[in-house]
Parts: sequence; C-alpha cells; structure tokens
Amino acid sequence: MGKRVMTVDDSATVRQVLHMTLEGAGYEVVQAVDGEDALGKLSKESFDMLVTDLNMPKLDGIGLIKVVRQNPGNRFMPIIMLTTESQPEKKQEGKAAGASGWIVKPFKPEQLLAVVRMVCPL
Amino acid sequence: MSSLAETFKDEAMELLQELEESLLALEETPEDQGLIDRVFRALHTLKGSGGLAGFEDVSSFCHEAETVFELVRSGDLKADRELVSLTLAAQDHLKGMVLTEFGADPVDDERTAELVAAFQILLPFAEQQVEKISEQALRQESIQSTYRIRFRPQPNLFRLGVQPQFLLSELAHLGEAIIVAQLDAVPPLDELDPEECWVYWDILLTTAEDKDAIRDVFIFVEDDCGLDIQQIDEGGVLDQPEDYKRLGEILVERGDLPQDELDHFLNQKKLFGEALVEQGHVNRSKVQSALTEQERVQALRRQRQVCDAVDSIRVKSDRLDKLVNLVGEMVTVQARLSQFASNRVDADLLSVAEEVERLTWDLRDQVLTIRMLPISGIFTKFKRLVRDLGAELGKDVMLVTEGGETELDKTVIDSLNDPLVHLIRNCIGHGIELPQVRQALGKPAKGRITLSAKHAGANVALTITDDGAGLDKAQIKAKAVEKGLVGAQAELSDREIYNLIFEPGFSTAQEVSNVSGRGVGMDVVRQAVDSLRGSIEVSSEAGQGTVFAVKLPLTLAIIDGLLIDIASEQYILPLSAVEECVELTQEETIQAHGRNLLNIRDEIVPYVRLRNEFNLPGERPEIEQVVIANLEGFRVGFVVDNVVGEHQTVIKNLGRMYQDADGVSGATILGDGRVALILDLPSLATRVETKENSACR
Repeated sequence: MGKRVMTVDDSATVRQVLHMTLEGAGYEVVQAVDGEDALGKLSKESFDMLVTDLNMPKLDGIGLIKVVRQNPGNRFMPIIMLTTESQPEKKQEGKAAGASGWIVKPFKPEQLLAVVRMVCPL
Repeated sequence: MSSLAETFKDEAMELLQELEESLLALEETPEDQGLIDRVFRALHTLKGSGGLAGFEDVSSFCHEAETVFELVRSGDLKADRELVSLTLAAQDHLKGMVLTEFGADPVDDERTAELVAAFQILLPFAEQQVEKISEQALRQESIQSTYRIRFRPQPNLFRLGVQPQFLLSELAHLGEAIIVAQLDAVPPLDELDPEECWVYWDILLTTAEDKDAIRDVFIFVEDDCGLDIQQIDEGGVLDQPEDYKRLGEILVERGDLPQDELDHFLNQKKLFGEALVEQGHVNRSKVQSALTEQERVQALRRQRQVCDAVDSIRVKSDRLDKLVNLVGEMVTVQARLSQFASNRVDADLLSVAEEVERLTWDLRDQVLTIRMLPISGIFTKFKRLVRDLGAELGKDVMLVTEGGETELDKTVIDSLNDPLVHLIRNCIGHGIELPQVRQALGKPAKGRITLSAKHAGANVALTITDDGAGLDKAQIKAKAVEKGLVGAQAELSDREIYNLIFEPGFSTAQEVSNVSGRGVGMDVVRQAVDSLRGSIEVSSEAGQGTVFAVKLPLTLAIIDGLLIDIASEQYILPLSAVEECVELTQEETIQAHGRNLLNIRDEIVPYVRLRNEFNLPGERPEIEQVVIANLEGFRVGFVVDNVVGEHQTVIKNLGRMYQDADGVSGATILGDGRVALILDLPSLATRVETKENSACR
C-alpha cells in the first residue's frame, strides 16, 4: 500500500531532494511551495505524512502545523519539520504546535529516510 | 552535472538577486525588520539548499553570514553600513562559488577565509568558540552489549503523530530485541480514552550500537516519555561468571520493587517470582520481563564462553601428519603390549596394559578429530562453479548445500575436490535442461543441484542431486554395447546400467563440449572415490533427476578392522562393511552342490572362499566362519578359518610395487610384529563376479 507524503518548502532544491529521496523509497510525493499552498492542497486530498520547512513566506511552518493539527482528520498524522542547527528553540515551538519530529538541514537522503521510517514506515 | 545542481544554480541566482536587493534597501532603512528577515531567509535558504545539492562550501559560507544576521534579527547587532558592505561582498563571492561548479574561474580560497573571519569577528566571544566536537565515539564493531530499556510514553503520544510500534521496530533494527509490553497502567475500559497511550514497554536489546544510537530512536519523543536505558551486559568483558543477577535484584534495580519488600520476601522460602505475584507486590508481566532479562543475559554469556573456547591456532599440516603417524605407531605398540600382557599371568602388567590401551584410544580419537575439517569449505567453492558453468551453457542453475558442518579428514576433503567438480559439471552439462525445455516440461526454469553431506556411522554420505532430465537407460546401454562394454543380449538391472557410466571410455554426450563429454570423466570420479576407500552409486528417475551417492570413510589413517585368519595367515577386513559372522559347516557346503550360496534366515547370500581365492595351502577346518559384508546394498559372504576379533588398524600403504594389487588396499602391523594385509572387499567381490561371468559364457 503506497503512502502519500506532502512536502512543503520554498526552496526548489530542497523540494527536489525531498521528492527524489521519498519517491525513490516508494512514497507518493506531492509538493507545496509554502504554508498556504500546502493548506490548499491538504484540504482537497488526504496525506499520510507531512514534511515541512519552518522558514517560509506567507504562512510559515509553525503556523501550518498548528492549522493542520486543528483538523480532526489530521490529528494523528506524522509531521516532520525541517530545521537548522541554529534554531533549537524552533524545535520546541514546533513540537508544541504538534510536530512529530524534525530533520536538521542540510541532511543526507539516508538521514531523511531513517527519520521517515520512524514515524511513517511503508 | 546533475539536474539537481542545475536547479540549485537557478535557485541560488534568484536568492542572491533577492539578497542584493534587500541589502541595498537595508542600507537605506537599517531598522526595517521586514528587510532583515528577507536577508536572513535568503541566506538561510541558500545554506540549506547548498548543503542538499552538494555545495558544501556555499552552505558553510552562508552559515557564517546567517549566524550574524540572526543576531541582527534578534536586535543584538545593528545592520550598519559596514555589515551591509561586508554582506554585499559576501554575496558577490557566493555567486562566484556557485558558478565555479559550472565552469567559471575558481574563487580565491584566501578571500573566502577573509570574509569568514570578518563575519566571525562580529560574533560575541562565546559563539566564536563553538566548535563541533568531532565524533569520538570509537564504536567498536562486533562487540555486542545488552541494554535494558524502559520506554514509558506520555498518554498524549498519539497526538504528536507518533506511533510507538514504529519506534519499537526501529529499535529492533539495531540488534536483537525482546520486547515485553506492560499493561498494568491501562485504565478500565469505561475510563479508557482510545486516543491515549497507556501501555509501556520493557525492551532487552543486544546490539553493537552504543547508548546514543538507542537514544536517537526515541529522539522525537524523548521529552514526552519516560526513557530509561541501562547497560546490563557488556560484550567486551571476558571472564564474567555465567550466572546473572537474581530475579529480586533485577526487580529492585528496575525500581519495580522496593528493597525492604525484597528482604521480607527472601525470608519466605517460596518460589520467589510466584510469591511476589501471588501477594500482589509486582504484577506477572513485570516478573516475566525481569525473568526474560535474566535468561537472555545468561544465554549470551554462555554463548560467549563457547565462542571464546573456539579460539584456534594454525598448525602446519605436516606436523599433524607426523602426529598421526606417531599415534599410529603407538596404537601398534599398544596392541603388542596388550597381547604380551594377556599371555602372562601378571595382574599388575595387565592393569598397566589396560590403562595404556584406554589412553591410546583416547589419544587416537583426539588426534583424528584435529584433522577433521567441515566440508563447507569446498561447498562454497562450488557455488561459483555452478553459477559460471550455468551461465556458460545458458542454463539457469542454483546450488543448494546441506550439512556443510559435517566434518571429514583433511586428506579426504582435499582429494574430494576434483571428483565433486566432475560430478557437478556432469549434472549441469547432462542433467539440467535448458530453461525453455524445463518450462515446457512444467518444471521451474531454474535448475537445482543439491549437495548434501551427513554422517552415517564411520562414513560420511555425500549426495549430489539434480532435478534434471535423469539418465537415459536405453541410450546408456546402446552406448555400452557399441563400446563393447557389455554384450547386446545382456540382461542388466537398472543399477547395472547406471553403473556403466563409471566405466572407462564411456560418454553419452551428443556433442563434445568443454564442460563434459570428453569421454574421460565418470571413471576418473570412481577411481578417485575408490582411492579414498569410498564408494559411489548412481540412481535416476527419467524426467525427475539423478542422484549420485558417495560414501566416504571419516579418516584414512586408522580404521576399525576385523582380524581374521586363513591358514595361519592374518588379514584385516574393514569393520564398517561387516554386518555379521555365521558358521559354515562341511555339510552345508556339500548340500549346496558346489554353488557358493548360503541361506541366512531365508535370504540367499553368495560367498567367496578366500582360501581358494588366495591359493592358500592346507585343509579347510571342519567349521569355517563366514563374514557377511554389506557392499553397496548387496550382502556377500567371505569364508575364513577363524575370526580373531576387532582390531585397531593403522593403515600403511603398500610399496609402489604392490600398489595395483587387486583385492588388497593396504597393510597393517599387528601386535606381534607381523604384517597383515587389509582386504578390499568390493574389489574382491567384483573380481569373483567377473570370473564367474566369464566362466558362464
């Protein structure tokens, strides 16, 4: 059974890496460029996991997570946030908003897969 | 260049453009928080993307600038004209760094260092000092430690989108895990909120990873759970006693039972775990979990002791050969001593002789096991052979091996290689069909050759089985007739027909290939097996496959023999072939009307009179003895004067002059110093058979 992942990042490079890695591992990937774009797509389809950047124009990651968690259908959805080493407090903020876990950028594809395996294995 | 790098280049150019614009605007209005955020985000994104796209230098360079702008963002640093100029310079430099990968002139490394230093100077002292501590954890691979882990998530676990089963299975990836779920905290059903997690887990993990690796599995939930990881057994430590902590100690250590309660209980002499559960101090699953830990560690330590014991040293094999020879001499001398002692009426001497006998036998057994090697060594070589040959002939073949741990004398193993190679070549060349043919026959396209070894008494039975076409009886017979090996009218049993393939100069391959079918082959295999005192049999089922069964003695140096005598000459028969001994009276011989047949429990057994066979002088005794031997499924009797008894036979090869002597495989020295020949029963039987056959014709 395939799993659908939504990846949200304003950087095309990050989106491409996420997409290639996850798709290579057998996930179905839908990309969004920022929080608002993601919300629009999330309202139309259902996903098994959300991977989102925190620093984004329009709606940022924390805001996105908060809104997503409010939807009863997404209460148990694994959410992974992309952070950087320089934002330890962001991790706490993200967790408080309802993120399941995080990946520190830059990451290697295998690191991404190791994290994804912990929260949403195929 | 990969498309990822191209994507990054485009993105980087956009970001640098954005960075430049924001910086220029920032110069006009240094306090504008929106502009500061834009600068920061551009640097931040560039750093992240660069790292992902493999532009490590870009990424780490951006990191320096980003760190500074983080301070600006939080108001700890002012975005003055100087900083803006520096950042603009950095922006130009970054463009150069990105374009280097696309053929532009490489950037000046010194300039990079200068800019980095310029940014770092702006940082407070503490942050300059931050250096990444390199991973010092010298992980010692292969050393397995055992950890006791209690993972007690907070009830809100599910709301974080975390499923504990994924974490547990991730943990199980690290090593060998035994997981016990503890259910005692689960509330009654009417109070239970299905969206909460009340179960917690005790895990015993044996892994080569360290504690940090285990902690990493729980990294996302660490703050939201009770996590207790304790190392309870360390692999690197030797000489640990095998027994582990007692149940009570484990429970107290885990905090499941207070010490004073433990003391109280120890005074009651009951089965401890049972008593605790009965009186409700600890629930059953906790006791179970602690017991599991106890068992696990004990088992591990036992295992480790076994492993340590298997420490080995290498010894040159010629030293071993010398040792075996010496033991052989020893056995001979001991036989002499025993004989000498039994002829004297001296109880003391007799007891010493018996002692020496016992020790010598032990010594013999020990020395012979030293030379034993598992057969798996040559088995593995064949995997490759099968693969390569199969590919060469366009056949899809797999080799399955069984019983690789079966041990055989090193000499036997060494001389086994060539015959086995030949047999396997034959299986692939003649037996296994082409994939299309197999599929048409409804067989799996992949052919299968099974190589198996197992102990059978003093022998090792090796079988090579293929699931190919099987032997074509008609074709074999036709060929044999053509080659003059049998008469056209000969009535042959299936077994006799199959055995024709071992005749010299026999080959049925339609076309000669370099794999099989040069007409030398199966007879060479038989010779090799014979020289190892073994035997080979073939059986086959048309369309189902062929089975070659090779029987080999465990060792070539010393065998259990049966000492017999004929006309005061002593001979040894290999005991492994002997089934029973019966008497043969003169009367019976007369009643048989000259046919050498014996009726044993209604079974007709042919016999060979060795006295006649060896042309020994003298009269036959009144009652002769017949040693019944089982030769590849056929019972044949050998008539002798006397059966003396079992004899430890050290095999000596005959000199070169007598190497080809038919019916004799070697010689041994008896206790009294005389030489006795070791008889080769199968070849004797065949010799007699051929003689009779030719007499019939």
